[in-house]
Amino acid sequence: MDIGFSEEQELLRDTARKFLDAACTTKFVRERMATLEAVTPEFWSQIAEQGWLGINFSEDDGGIGLGLTDLVVLMEEMGRAVMPGPYFATALLGGAAIREAGLPTQRQEYLPRIAAGNLRTTLAAIEPNARWDASGITMNGQPMRGGFSLSGSKLFVPDAHLADIIVVAARTRDGSKMEDGVSLFLVPKDAAGLSVALMPSIDETRKLCEVRFDNVAVPQTALVGEMHEGWLALARVYDGAAVALSAEMCGGAQRVLEMTVEYAKLRETFGKPIGSYQGVKHKCADMLVEVENAKSLTYYAAWAVDENRADAPLAVSMAKSYASDASRKVSNAGIQLHGGIGMTWEHDLHLYMKRAKASEVAFGDATWHRERVASLLGA
Amino acid sequence: MMDFADPPEHAEFRREFRSWLEANLTDDLRVEDAQDSRVAPDRETLEKRIAWQKKMYAAGWVGISWPKEYGGRGASFIQQVIFDEEYFRAHAPILPGHSAIGLLGPTLIQLGTEAQKTRHLKPILAGDERWCQGFSEPGAGGDLASLRTRAIDKGDHFVVNGQKVWTSGAHFADWCFLLVRTDPDAPKHHGITYLLVDMKTPGITVRPLVLLNGHRHFNEVFFEDVVVPKENVVGKINEGWKVAITTLMFERGGAGGRDHAAQIARLVELAKQFPNRQEPSWDQTHVRQMLAQLAIEAQALKVTRLRGLTRRLRGEPPGPEGSILKLFGSELAQRIADASSTLLGPYATIEGATEAVPDAGRWAHRVMGARQYAIAGGTSEIQRNIIGERVLGLPKG
Repeated sequence: MDIGFSEEQELLRDTARKFLDAACTTKFVRERMATLEAVTPEFWSQIAEQGWLGINFSEDDGGIGLGLTDLVVLMEEMGRAVMPGPYFATALLGGAAIREAGLPTQRQEYLPRIAAGNLRTTLAAIEPNARWDASGITMNGQPMRGGFSLSGSKLFVPDAHLADIIVVAARTRDGSKMEDGVSLFLVPKDAAGLSVALMPSIDETRKLCEVRFDNVAVPQTALVGEMHEGWLALARVYDGAAVALSAEMCGGAQRVLEMTVEYAKLRETFGKPIGSYQGVKHKCADMLVEVENAKSLTYYAAWAVDENRADAPLAVSMAKSYASDASRKVSNAGIQLHGGIGMTWEHDLHLYMKRAKASEVAFGDATWHRERVASLLGA
Repeated sequence: MMDFADPPEHAEFRREFRSWLEANLTDDLRVEDAQDSRVAPDRETLEKRIAWQKKMYAAGWVGISWPKEYGGRGASFIQQVIFDEEYFRAHAPILPGHSAIGLLGPTLIQLGTEAQKTRHLKPILAGDERWCQGFSEPGAGGDLASLRTRAIDKGDHFVVNGQKVWTSGAHFADWCFLLVRTDPDAPKHHGITYLLVDMKTPGITVRPLVLLNGHRHFNEVFFEDVVVPKENVVGKINEGWKVAITTLMFERGGAGGRDHAAQIARLVELAKQFPNRQEPSWDQTHVRQMLAQLAIEAQALKVTRLRGLTRRLRGEPPGPEGSILKLFGSELAQRIADASSTLLGPYATIEGATEAVPDAGRWAHRVMGARQYAIAGGTSEIQRNIIGERVLGLPKG
């Protein structure tokens, strides 16, 4: 038993922190989030050079072959910096879907380009029904001569406007179970009949889009993996994304806690620092409890997924559920303890609060994951 | 590296102890949660548990982390962790000698005289003598160093007068490790002495302090002109605070904790069997949400504890994760107890077995006893102060 990070992982953390402290200040975040691109080309190629985009791709696929446990370290640092741009969409959604479901030829064709920073992607899975289970996938993938015709609407698609190709989940048959009949397709964003519109979401650092498919014709080769059998891979992508977001929420919450404690030491009322009052001190202590427990469950989930443990789905849902609640509580408490200044546009807290809210409700909120925990416990 | 599995040599140790327990722990000794009765509820149970300690001692399983020369196994820290996990997993009871095995013995090994070690260590392990901890006083709980029980120097002995409170198991104890004030004029941390007191000495009165759930676990202990020979001083006169700190460090390090997961699993079972408002509770969303949340929190606590242990194993300074265990663990145990009332309806108030809920009594006692979890060993308010000041560096009030 050794539940700590390795020297290599600590080195990865140090390197990431130094890089992001310099290249991704909140000034940079604010400038970039006001643009459609959300990152600069230089920034994107720098993270590609460091191997971040292919961290979970195998070396044969142009990546560096590390696991979720390593990704967790990186995501904590990215959360700490509220790193803007399509990293999550490209590496952990679209890229991960190709890695999980793709045939060797598809992986070889796309993953090295993603890892090198030359191709951006995302995953269009969620629909207006906003369901995270297989029954949520209702979009029609109609087989036709030489391929398929896709029609329907996908919502909450992260950074689709920046993607070159989009992995989309559609229903190709009504199977006996909801899990049966889901297929994944790779669609170039400029395909005829495909349109992308930004949704006015609160977190401008990671933009959400609606992607409409109006009889989009794709060839047989657009199918990722086996027809009708895409759900298993998609579920693994969802679980990986849930763990990644949990880690990112931990990093963000840790930073909010630090900002709040620093402020509580300096800010005085009635002649004393507010942090000397138990009303403030005890709230800070509770924030620490939330952050440390969220980290614990996230680290365990990453390990359980990496090791293919039977309890991995339970561990993932425990982590995402706890981290979702914790990051909301911590970012809310951070603003409360800052008082009025915490409510202003000028202060950085709202960057964290908005990211926390966006991540809280993505890939299953706390209530959704608690129900999954209950089902697994009661089985 | 992140690895939650036992390495082979530890897995072997685990197997060995587990199979010994399976072969030797009889059903009449088992308890659902050892923390429910840290002190035996009656003399009969005490005698049974003493016999159990003697059996464990004969097989070399008592005080395993003590050095071999003092009768232990010189077990590593990780072996002690595995030992605790297996022991509570088997639903074995807390040993009557636990406070001396965990606190006083290690203190004496580190700071006691040769004569004290020779006299006391073996009877502690062998189950021949039981000890109580005379630290807290009516006016000295969270602020222990302000204690006032007075000991006057009479040359070759001290004469002790004063009162201790919250003394666990004093009614079954043969000896007491006692903190007294020997120099009232010195700054409060510098006038304290650490004594070993025979409970049969004339002038000692033990009065039970019965808790609101009827548990007889704690006592008040009164000292009236009690004579304690000077060879029973641990460490130096007036420097007993340092010795007390050593004992308290062992207390914090050894917190085994409740088996929250087992209690939650039992609540899930109850929810499946037990109808509440016509349908099984387990089919109701709010019940599923509540129990899932408790299971999540129990797992969080478990892993947070393991992260703290890893730091110790690596020889790193304690991190923030270790400081939250007491606070979160005790409040979680309260939430679990409270959840049982939500499930059991009117059965929640019944202090005994019923046909529908055979363990109703246990839950009723937990509901009442749970209040003390967040009080004993430093209240939650004190814990939040400690976290705020020592971990986060916030200024004192």
